[in-house]
Amino acid sequence: MERLTGWGRTMAVQAERATPSTTDELADLLSPTGPGHGVIARGLGRSYGDPAQVAGGTVVDLSAFSAISAVDERTHAITVGAGVSIDTLLHHILPLGYFVPVTPGTRQVTIGGAIAADIHGKNHHVDGSFASHVVSMDLVTPVGVMTVTRDRDPELFWATAGGMGLTGIVTAATITLLPIASTMVSVDTTRHRNLDEVMAAMVDGDHRYRYSVAWVDCMTSGATMGRGVLTRGDHAPADRGRPPTTIPTGASVAVPFNAPPGLLNRLSITAFNEAWFRAAPKERLGGIESISTFFHPLDGVANWNRLYGPRGFVQYQFAVPDAASATVATAIERLAASKVPSFLAVLKRFGAGNRGPLSFPTAGWTLALDLPVGPPALPAVLDDLDDLIAAAGGRIYLAKDARLNPAHLETMYPALAEFRRVADRVDPERRLTSDLDRRLNVRGPRHA
Amino acid sequence: MRDAFGQPQTAILFGGTSEIGLAIVDRLAAARLRHVVLVGRNPSALEDAASALRARSVTATVVLADAADAASATDAVDQAFGALGAPCDLVIMAVGLLGDQAADDDSPERTATMFVVNTAWPAAVLAGCRAALVAQGTGQILVLSSVAALRTRRANYTYGAGKQGLDGFTLGLAESVRGTGVTVHLIRPGFVTTKMTGHLSPAPFSTTAPAVAEVAVTAVMKGTPVAYAPGILRYVFLGLRHLPSALWRKLPG
Ligand SMILES: Cc1cc2nc3c(=O)[nH]c(=O)nc-3n(C[C@H](O)[C@H](O)[C@H](O)COP(=O)(O)OP(=O)(O)OC[C@H]3O[C@@H](n4cnc5c(N)ncnc54)[C@H](O)[C@@H]3O)c2cc1C
Ligand SMILES: NC(=O)c1ccc[n+]([C@@H]2O[C@H](COP(=O)([O-])OP(=O)(O)OC[C@H]3O[C@@H](n4cnc5c(N)ncnc54)[C@H](OP(=O)(O)O)[C@@H]3O)[C@@H](O)[C@H]2O)c1
Repeated sequence: MERLTGWGRTMAVQAERATPSTTDELADLLSPTGPGHGVIARGLGRSYGDPAQVAGGTVVDLSAFSAISAVDERTHAITVGAGVSIDTLLHHILPLGYFVPVTPGTRQVTIGGAIAADIHGKNHHVDGSFASHVVSMDLVTPVGVMTVTRDRDPELFWATAGGMGLTGIVTAATITLLPIASTMVSVDTTRHRNLDEVMAAMVDGDHRYRYSVAWVDCMTSGATMGRGVLTRGDHAPADRGRPPTTIPTGASVAVPFNAPPGLLNRLSITAFNEAWFRAAPKERLGGIESISTFFHPLDGVANWNRLYGPRGFVQYQFAVPDAASATVATAIERLAASKVPSFLAVLKRFGAGNRGPLSFPTAGWTLALDLPVGPPALPAVLDDLDDLIAAAGGRIYLAKDARLNPAHLETMYPALAEFRRVADRVDPERRLTSDLDRRLNVRGPRHA
Repeated sequence: MRDAFGQPQTAILFGGTSEIGLAIVDRLAAARLRHVVLVGRNPSALEDAASALRARSVTATVVLADAADAASATDAVDQAFGALGAPCDLVIMAVGLLGDQAADDDSPERTATMFVVNTAWPAAVLAGCRAALVAQGTGQILVLSSVAALRTRRANYTYGAGKQGLDGFTLGLAESVRGTGVTVHLIRPGFVTTKMTGHLSPAPFSTTAPAVAEVAVTAVMKGTPVAYAPGILRYVFLGLRHLPSALWRKLPG
């Protein structure tokens, strides 16, 4: 067995790792004669909690499913193995003049993980989530191997988008790429004195940009509560940047060992946030940044998650509708008041959600905060925030979760019953499960 | 499954009527606990404890076992894990018998029973739990030892020696599960005012079941290998263990 955790380095467990090299081998793993105690796909383990592990069971490594097709020049469609990372894919397609339709804040996620979490990027308000760009996917389930599309078994297609691997194992997907004219991004950066100003600027102007994100300081209170830096941009036209080439490989710095507990404490984080805010320009329009700097700034430091010390950290990411936008301020205020140290929070606007019953994005706001495990008040503070968010019609992102109160899952994901029905259809014996599923009872009670 | 903060959802309490054990379960019930199995010998007292937990929406199942019968350990483990029907996040070992030293002194039968209840049965149960948790790839074991295990004394040497056996066994168990996803946490309380000590007058640094529970739950969440309740006893006993016998004999409590 092998030790596994998510990116937050909490909840370490042991599980077997299977690395099938063919669809038949994969189908065997899911058959009644396959290994016991649960099976779940694992990509690059960039989800923060426990969705890509199953204690005592078997995680399925898709690294052998690594084929990348040619790009269809008419439709911009490409077929990619589920084990391929966005990093690898970008190295392949950038020189051809294409970008991925949606990228998370790190390139180190697989296509399988991108579908299973139905990931969103800084362009959600314009382009929607990853599933919006998936044409079809090849899926291995305990009842058989199938290709699903929006028309062919739409229920299964949408349950798989955001379904956290619980409806089957994706082996390949056809996705539509974005043609670009350069690898540079033209960026407008603006600094705002408090949260209200940041949010007003986003409501006012986000529609003018393909990409938009705000970094918000959660350690200030009063008149500067939630001060932030807003960066918005678009792919630069050919004459503004270098022609499509490639991106730097690997990280330039690494965190070589586990940091001692408490390295990131209130003092160090407050000092960092202050320096960062001062360093940002008040306003800089039309700056030119590389794709790496703009989309994946953290990829420059390998294993930065080790900075949080042996007990690890959690990321709390929620979405609330516009009608409940005050929840964003309440969350920041409560965390500041409880003296829980938090690095910068990431604030984004979401466009409309899709029909995936477990897909996270819904129109409104999303806020994500990294919080070290340790402060005794933290579990209860987050439980109280859950209550607030559930009551506001909001939800927690399962790809980040490591501690949600399970009682809220059904309220936060009202179409959960539909998800459970589809999952039971393709996996009646419940071969597919994960520690996330066990913890939150995602698949629900068994029916007799 | 336990969450990122180490809060368990499922637990088995051996010594299902133990005041300290139930105080620990009480704290867990306020967090994420949803199913607990109470293992013990007194059906009506176990049922009472189970009903109180059910009233707080925790599923509580009772399993009967007599710790004076070492051969019952295997069954007790199987039934407890079976009743849970899901991975067990936390095993709590709270069985203990203080005995009556004056009566135990000259009695081979009573002395044997003391070692079965305080050492043999708990160790046998823990061996069974070890196998189950290692197969799960995850789980935590919390064992209630005692500062009495650190140095035996006239007033309760049979109990103290029994705890010494369990204490040493638990430390070895902790080593044996390194790298398996399972962790072991040993709690050494001082004098705790519970039904076990009700007939005695409190010793210095005496504490309460809820206070021990707080220490125990914190140890589980933080992953502390050995914790004392109250914490100061760690340092007090650093000195006491090497006190000359003539002085040790005269200490109160
Ligand atoms: C620094 C950082 C920044 C991030 N930024 C963002 C962001 O901006 N937006 C966003 O949406 N997310 C973001 N994430 C989260 C990340 O995109 C998701 O957690 C993603 O699912 C991770 O992909 P992975 O390949 O590592 O999958 P894993 O973490 O290994 O697995 C995640 C889930 O996908 C399932 N899965 C993996 N492969 C398959 C497959 N082949 N078939 C079926 N199911 C599968 C697993 O079972 C599991 O449930 C970020 C994460 C990090 C560490
Ligand atoms: N109280 C203290 O001062 C103190 C100090 C240090 C360590 N400890 C340890 O902490 C643990 C809990 O003690 P406590 O204070 O909570 O006392 P307690 O309430 O008396 O708990 C002891 C538990 O052991 C059980 N037990 C005893 N003999 C048994 C048998 N033959 N079969 C099955 N179960 C049996 C008891 O069951 P019944 O209810 O049926 O008797 C009870 O559940 C014990 O291990 C104890 O040694 C206590």
